[in-house]
Amino acid sequence: MSERTLYDKVWDAHRVRTLPNGQDQLFVGLHLIHEVTSPQAFGMLRERDIEVARPDLTHATVDHIVPTDDRSRPYNSEAAEAMMAELEANVREAGIELDDPTTGDQGIVHVIGPEQGRTQPGMTVVCGDSHTSTHGAFGALAFGIGTSQIRDVLATQTVAMEKKAVRRIEVTGDLGEGVTAKDVILTVIRRLGTDGGVGYVYEYAGDAVEALGMPGRMSICNMSIEGGARAGYVNPDETTYEWLRATDAFADDPERFAELQPYWESIRSDPDAEYDDVVTIDGSAIEPMVTWGTTPGQGVGITEAIPAPEDLPPDEQDVARRAQAHMGVEPGETMHGYDVDVAFLGSCTNARLPDLRAAAAVVVDREVDESVRALVVPGSQRVKAAAEAEGLDGTFREAGFQWRGAGCSMCLGMNDDQLEGDEACASSSNRNFVGRQGSKDGRTVLMSPEMVAAAAVTGEVTDVRELPTVEVEAR
Amino acid sequence: MSGPTATGETADIPSVGYVAGTGVPVRGNDVDTDQIIPARFMKVVTFDGLGEFAFFDRRFTDDDEPKDHPFNEARFQEATVMVVNANFGCGSSREHAPQALVRWGIDAIVGESFAEIFAGNCLALGVPTVTADADTIAALQDWVDAHPDGEIAVDVAGETVTYGDTTVEVSVEEARRQALVEGIWDTTALMRSNRDAIAETARSLPYVDERDAGSGRADD
Repeated sequence: MSERTLYDKVWDAHRVRTLPNGQDQLFVGLHLIHEVTSPQAFGMLRERDIEVARPDLTHATVDHIVPTDDRSRPYNSEAAEAMMAELEANVREAGIELDDPTTGDQGIVHVIGPEQGRTQPGMTVVCGDSHTSTHGAFGALAFGIGTSQIRDVLATQTVAMEKKAVRRIEVTGDLGEGVTAKDVILTVIRRLGTDGGVGYVYEYAGDAVEALGMPGRMSICNMSIEGGARAGYVNPDETTYEWLRATDAFADDPERFAELQPYWESIRSDPDAEYDDVVTIDGSAIEPMVTWGTTPGQGVGITEAIPAPEDLPPDEQDVARRAQAHMGVEPGETMHGYDVDVAFLGSCTNARLPDLRAAAAVVVDREVDESVRALVVPGSQRVKAAAEAEGLDGTFREAGFQWRGAGCSMCLGMNDDQLEGDEACASSSNRNFVGRQGSKDGRTVLMSPEMVAAAAVTGEVTDVRELPTVEVEAR
Repeated sequence: MSGPTATGETADIPSVGYVAGTGVPVRGNDVDTDQIIPARFMKVVTFDGLGEFAFFDRRFTDDDEPKDHPFNEARFQEATVMVVNANFGCGSSREHAPQALVRWGIDAIVGESFAEIFAGNCLALGVPTVTADADTIAALQDWVDAHPDGEIAVDVAGETVTYGDTTVEVSVEEARRQALVEGIWDTTALMRSNRDAIAETARSLPYVDERDAGSGRADD
C-alpha cells in the first residue's frame, strides 16, 4: 500500500482493536516510567489486583525529583526519598529494570532511552511525561500519557488513543552559523502557535532537519508538545542507523540490527504520502531565538523587536500583555541585553553531549559573570561521564559553572534547583511558564545551549554569534 | 461507583451523560498544568489531598495571603462546572492537574479548547471537557459571574449547555462523548478483555521478543 505516512504505518502495525467508543487500542513497544507519575498508577493496579503485563517492555529511571548535588541515601528531601523508595518497591515487585544513580545509567528518561538503544524506529513509546515526543526523532510514535493511562499500559501493555491528522513541517535550506535545532523548534511554535498542533502529529522534514544529528532531531521532537502536538517524528535514515549501531542494543549484535532494519525502512513515509497539512519554513532565515514572554510561542530572533500586544492576533493580546508585565520587557526593544541572574544548561531538550560541547566552546577562556549563578546538569550519567572524558567539566568549572549530577533539575524545579524571587534565567529547557522553575515570580528566557553559555559569561541575553568560539560540532 | 472486583474487572462504571451544578469562571488562554498544580505539590505518592492546592500560586501570595482568584471566592465554593478559555491544560502531562480539580469539586469543564493530554486525563477520570466558540464561552463566564448560584446543565449526550433561559450547542470529541455516555471511560477492564488480540499484535511486531513476555517477575 502506498500513500501512507510513517504515522499511519506504525499506528496500523500496533492497532490491537478498535474500542466501542471509536478509539483504537494500541500495543506499546516501550513503556518508560519515572518516580513522579507512576506511583499512583501502581497503587491503582494494586487496588484492582492486577499484575504488570510486560515488565520486559517497561523500563524505569529517576529524574524529576532526584537531587543533582548530594545524592547519598536517604536523600535530604524526605519527599524525594519517599518517592524513590516507592518506585524501588514497585519495580522490585513487578520485575522492572531500574536505572538508579548507582548504576551509572541513570538520567532523564528521554535521554537514557535513546542512549541505550531502547528507542527504535517503528516502535510505540509512551511515558507519563509530555516530552515523550522526544523519541519520535528515531521514527517512533511516541507520546506522553497521564497516570490513569500508565495504569492501563502497566495492566495491558496497550493504550487507548484517537488517531490524529499529520502535518508535515518542512524546514528548507541550511541553518546559519550559531543557529541550532532549538531555534528551529522555537520558530515552528512561534509560527503555528502553542495550540496549533492540537489534533495533529508533526512530521519534521526538509534539508535543515535531515542535516541534523540525532540530538538535534530530539530537541525538535521534544518540544512538539509545546506547539500542542502530542507527538512529532522524523523519518529514520542513515543518521538514525548510525546512532543505533553504537548503542547497547546493537553494538554487539549486528545480526539483530540487520534483522530489524527492513522493518525500519518499511515504516518510512511513502514518497507520495498524503498529509493533512504541509507547512514550509525557510531554515536559512532563522536566527538564534529567545523567548520574551511566558509561553514557548512568545519567541523572537535575537536581533528582532519584541512585538506590541496590539499587533498580535486578538486572542493572543491579553496573554502577551500579562507576559510582558511579568517579564518586565517593552515592545519595540530586543531581548539583547536583558539581565540574567541564573544560567541553566540542562533538561530533556538540551542536555546531551553535543549540547554541552557547543556550550563549552563558548565558555572556553571566559568566566561566568559575577552576577550570574550558572549550572550545568547533564542529561544522564553517561552524558556526564562522556563529557568528563573530554574535559568539558573542567572547562565549565574553571569558568565558574556548577557541574551537577543528572536529572530534570531546574527545568521544573521539583528538587532543590529552583529560581528564587524574581530571578531571570537563561535556560536551555522547554517551558517559560510562570512559576515553572520553582518561583512564581521567576522569569525564564528559553534559548539554545550556546546562547545560555553566552548569557552566562556576559550576564545578559547575548547574540552568541558576537562571541568568537572554537569549532562547534555539528548537531 | 461500586468497587473493583477481585478479578480486576471494574464493575458499573457510571455513565457521564449529564452533569449539572453551579459554575466557576477561570479566565485566560494557555492556562498550563504548572499553574493548575505547581510541581512542588507533586511530591506525593497518591492524589489524595491535592484539591486544596489547585491553582495554588494563582490563589496565594508567598506569605499564603489569598489573592483574587475565583477558587478563593465564597460564592464559587460549591461550583462543579468550570468555564475556561483557549488551550486550557497545556504543558506537562501531569494527571495531578485534573485530579486536583476533581478533588476541589469540579465535575465538568466547558471551554474554548483543551490541550490533548489534559483532555485525555479528564476522560480517564470521567470528567467531560466540552467546547464552544469564544463568544459563547465569554457570555457563559459573564453569566456565571452574575449568577453564582445559577445551575449550568452540561448535556454530554446531546452536546448542549443550558444556563438560565439559554441553551447553547457545544462539542464533545466523538470518542470521548461515547465513552462518557456509555460508561466505558475506564478502559482498563475493556482493554484487558482483548488479551488474545494483544498477544497476536505483539507477535506480529518484529522488534518484540515474545520469549521475554511476562519475564522479570520475581516469582516466575
